Amino acid sequence: MRKFLFAAAAALLIAGPAAAETVAIVNARIETVGKAGSIPSGTLVIKDGRIAAVGADVKVPEGARIVDAQGGVVTPGLISPSTNLTVTEVDLIKETRDDGSGTQLSAGFDISYGINPASALIPLARQGGVTRVVVTPTLTGGGDGEDQEEGGSADAGLLQGGGGGGKGDPRLFAGQAAIVSLDASDTDPLVKARVAVALDLGQAGAANAGGSRGASLVLVRAALQDARDFNNNRAAYDRGATRDFGLSRVDLEALVPVVQGRIPLLIRVHRASDIRQALKLASDEKIKIIIEGAEEGWLVAADLAAAGVPVIIDTEADLPDQFETLGSRLDNAARLQAAGVLVVIAGSRDFNNLRQARFNAGMSVPYGMTWQQALAAVTLNPAKAWGMADRVGSLEVGKEADVVIWSGDPLDTQSWPTAVFIGGTQQPMTSRAQQLRDRYAKPDNGYPVQYR
Amino acid sequence: MKSRLWAALAAGVTASLLIGCATTPTTTKTADSTPSKPADNKPLPTGLDPDTASGFPSTYKPLPSRPTAIVGGTVLTGDGKQIDNGVVVLVDGKVAAVGGPDTPLPAGVQIIDAKGRWVTPGVIDAHSHLGVYPSPSVSSRSDGNELTDPTTPYVWAENSVWPADPGFDRARAGGVTTLQILPGSGNLIGGRSVTLRNVPSITMQGMKFPGAPYGVKMACGENPKRVYGSRGRGPSTAMGNVYGYKKAWIDAADYRRKWDDYRAKVAKGDKADAPKRDLGLDTLADVLRGKILIQNHCYRADEMATMIDISKEFGFHISMFHHASEAYKIGDLLKENDICIATWADWAGFKMESYDGIEANAALTWKSGACVVIHSDDPIITQHLNQEAGIAMAAGRRIGLDIKDADAIAWITLNPAKAMGIADQTGSLTVGKRADVVIWSADPFSIYAVADQVYIDGGLAFDRKDKRFQPKSDFELGQPSEGAFIP
Repeated sequence: MRKFLFAAAAALLIAGPAAAETVAIVNARIETVGKAGSIPSGTLVIKDGRIAAVGADVKVPEGARIVDAQGGVVTPGLISPSTNLTVTEVDLIKETRDDGSGTQLSAGFDISYGINPASALIPLARQGGVTRVVVTPTLTGGGDGEDQEEGGSADAGLLQGGGGGGKGDPRLFAGQAAIVSLDASDTDPLVKARVAVALDLGQAGAANAGGSRGASLVLVRAALQDARDFNNNRAAYDRGATRDFGLSRVDLEALVPVVQGRIPLLIRVHRASDIRQALKLASDEKIKIIIEGAEEGWLVAADLAAAGVPVIIDTEADLPDQFETLGSRLDNAARLQAAGVLVVIAGSRDFNNLRQARFNAGMSVPYGMTWQQALAAVTLNPAKAWGMADRVGSLEVGKEADVVIWSGDPLDTQSWPTAVFIGGTQQPMTSRAQQLRDRYAKPDNGYPVQYR
Repeated sequence: MKSRLWAALAAGVTASLLIGCATTPTTTKTADSTPSKPADNKPLPTGLDPDTASGFPSTYKPLPSRPTAIVGGTVLTGDGKQIDNGVVVLVDGKVAAVGGPDTPLPAGVQIIDAKGRWVTPGVIDAHSHLGVYPSPSVSSRSDGNELTDPTTPYVWAENSVWPADPGFDRARAGGVTTLQILPGSGNLIGGRSVTLRNVPSITMQGMKFPGAPYGVKMACGENPKRVYGSRGRGPSTAMGNVYGYKKAWIDAADYRRKWDDYRAKVAKGDKADAPKRDLGLDTLADVLRGKILIQNHCYRADEMATMIDISKEFGFHISMFHHASEAYKIGDLLKENDICIATWADWAGFKMESYDGIEANAALTWKSGACVVIHSDDPIITQHLNQEAGIAMAAGRRIGLDIKDADAIAWITLNPAKAMGIADQTGSLTVGKRADVVIWSADPFSIYAVADQVYIDGGLAFDRKDKRFQPKSDFELGQPSEGAFIP
């Protein structure tokens, strides 16, 4: 029923192949996050799914559908840099979770096979201005250990049964991430599979390795060496003529593009010394890395900048909530930015709070980020970190038209998106949550609400 | 809420004795136990009379303060008013005056210029686990859920609070001046809450809010049945949960009757044998007497309705439903029964019982006239309750509800105070109340707002611009950031 309604709504709103339509967004403050910077009042033209023109003096092409932004703000679509959206429906309902590698696989786990474009949470994220997400796996599939559950540690403690690691043997790597578009008109929204292999270091890495940090890094380095040897001796491997490798063929295969430097390791790490170890790993192994977490990143900001490693951070994280995050500070983002690090701001890993990312960007402003830097940290910077800045992340001619019109300041609480375009297609602005809201907002007519 | 509490008090206990129950347990005389004529009955031996041991006394002392006038700011009073270019005067730890620019200032008062800034009551977090689930989050300090029995009204959160939790400092920097610390939601009845002043202290007693009534945590739904069902014991179902609540309240009613009979006999001078004291039933009997407030974790509309029926069957009142993701479905029922709800702005969908949570929950419930609170249940969100309220308000404005800033500020000030039974003492900028005040750098609902200065009982407890007023927990000394989490 819901799917039917959704399809009907989508058909009404975007009749035909809307991506081919030419749209001119007028009367807008345009934040390009590109070379043109901020355009106080301008026009943005979308044609064939791409941005065809943007500027203060752009003419509206003949036949274009005009969308009046009514003085609102136009930004690139927001990009969630690491999430379980599209592969998880309800955190605590195991059957709805496809974000964990399970007991059989390590690096070989491929999250892209579980993507569900019919997830009821995608419209919610889209309504918050999110147009593209990087779906990243975790080892346990039980969240990142920082889930708030009822928002609180009380229940987090409950749900994790007093802590402890996953079940079974150490599997080290969490698997391969994917980039997904949130375009409602696309039944196969996968943009790119296998864009990174995820790995925990630090405390979680130690637990995953069945020991301490020393165990974890030894095993990780050995696995990378195995992947190289495997790739250089495939024929011998197939004959059974190589030494034993710690990981299965599938897992080794997934690490080959990592050791070749074609895709990054997404390393979740928090303590300054662990970040240094991650940087050393990258330099010794000549691999690319992206760091997620980095609460103590400010202590090693210069090293991160010198290595050109992007960091994904939560700007609200200011608690010494683990022994590996004792140095958490609210100006982490600003200090990293000042050092020249590519700063990516995340909301919550969980689908249901993806909207938090724009607020987290806003909250970094009183702590030293400029407003422009904060906006870039949820648009262009994640695009750069994930190697898609040539296609999305800013409002520049030739890029795919992932565009959001906001009622006001996109980083503030009192504004919301009034229109969202993905690849030039205007998106339906409805969601399960909104349908619930509207059902109960209506006055009582004597019949049960289920008739509404 | 307050009127109900006071009605309960009038039924048998005086206001001062209620306060005494939290602050002066050595005061042994109560209206019930004072004989009306001489009797043979000796006073009960130490420790056997429930009325003599109602918690450890507060040793809270307000910070030093001097008469202060905050002038020129936009004042949200907490009880529905907005005053532009307002004046708030704090004297001897109390609000001495609130008004427009013409408000007379006492001689010698220190003047704080709040031009361009906003002034509100101190933020009250009605659902916190600071201290009982402190940072760092390690198993040896995981003290919030007594998961050894589904019914543990005999445990008190105050006995689990670690006052050095660095989370208290973070919350204070977010404007939080008062917190209700609750046990977790793993049990049907999880134990007593405690209300704390958010001041640095070596002991819990040094934070304990003088005169605040206790609460009792109850939990509906998935958590208790998951915890105990997975251990092969009850409850393992929703109906098992309800059996558990009812059994506990039957025991409580019976216990209360025995004590009331005993007191009546003593009062008449008849010979009487006191019932044996039971710590859990002491708590529940005091709920039935209206002295302790029910704080009920409950997500679903149908389960809230069930809890309301249970409360009617056994004669107690539910002060507030916490989380209450589906409150928007039963706003009228909540209003009719004078029950507040405490919820988040947009945290939902992480478990089945929160699957129908929506951003407009608070706004729609507000529209129906019920008492709405925005809570945290989280050491990060507690630092941003002002913005949580802003997000919740925006969800209402988005569908055309005329929610004013002056209304929404009550969601994190006066309304939690009501639901916690402390609205006569704090929660609004009202003359005579405790001078708990925050000066915000901007409109507090804005994402860019930070608390510049936080006053608790008129004392400057936090100042963003002055390191001397940025207290640090012992735990954080010598650590990478030395407890400094702001620039």
